[in-house]
Amino acid sequence: MKAYFGRRYTLSASHRLHSEALSAEANRTAYGKCNNPHGHGHNYVVEVLVGGEVDAETGMVVNMAALDEAVRTRVMERFDHTNLNLDPYFKNRVPTTENLCRVIFDLLKDALPAGELERVRVEETENNFFECYGE
Amino acid sequence: MVYLTRRAVFSASHYYWNPAWTAEGNERVFGRCANRKGHGHNYTLEVTVEGEPDPVTGFVVDLKWLKDLIEREVLEAWDHRHLNLEAPEFAEGKLIPTTENIAIAAWKRLEPAVTAAGGARLSRVRLYETPEIFAEYRGEA
Repeated sequence: MKAYFGRRYTLSASHRLHSEALSAEANRTAYGKCNNPHGHGHNYVVEVLVGGEVDAETGMVVNMAALDEAVRTRVMERFDHTNLNLDPYFKNRVPTTENLCRVIFDLLKDALPAGELERVRVEETENNFFECYGE
Repeated sequence: MVYLTRRAVFSASHYYWNPAWTAEGNERVFGRCANRKGHGHNYTLEVTVEGEPDPVTGFVVDLKWLKDLIEREVLEAWDHRHLNLEAPEFAEGKLIPTTENIAIAAWKRLEPAVTAAGGARLSRVRLYETPEIFAEYRGEA
């Protein structure tokens, strides 16, 4: 029987939205306060949804402790309490939450202890969030 | 198509235990959840139905009807109870009351009445064990 297991994690990071392809004025127009030179930070909520058959012996789609470990090693150790602009993935990409959501999906999709990665949702604040599904 | 969701809260205790395994095996897989004295949660159940709004009432389903159905089929059976000891689907040797299995069991308790009522179909059941942990069941595709 197929079901989905969801888990929410918090990571704190700073970023600055700035594109080298745009002029200073165009950056300010596109990104507003998010373009301020010294950056700013968020407590991001990362929600991971894993789909799969419920194991008959354990009653689980995925063991939560094993999922936590995959998220810790792949995502938290890399991004928590960091400046996203300095991460290699964002060397030539703007660290918008859309792009953060996509890289988290890509980092986790082959790292799950069981099941398939159905969706990653990243909440930047209580009022905005972004979702990625497999392509 | 419109999706309508009703939320309900219930409190229950449970533990995780597979009687086919040794005590050590249960503790290794289930950790603190294998403590057979049990522990408890405030669960939040989200029940989503889908359908076209009725041209006369504008309802996908009557929310009061859905609330009463959830109370009758789910809360009366599970609220303020020990799931392993009091809910027949989670008796020893049957299903382990994981978040996944509780979500599926809630679907099975609700789906016949939603289908029998006609109009809407049960779309999704999502069960939060804590604000950070949830499981979803969408029926068999």
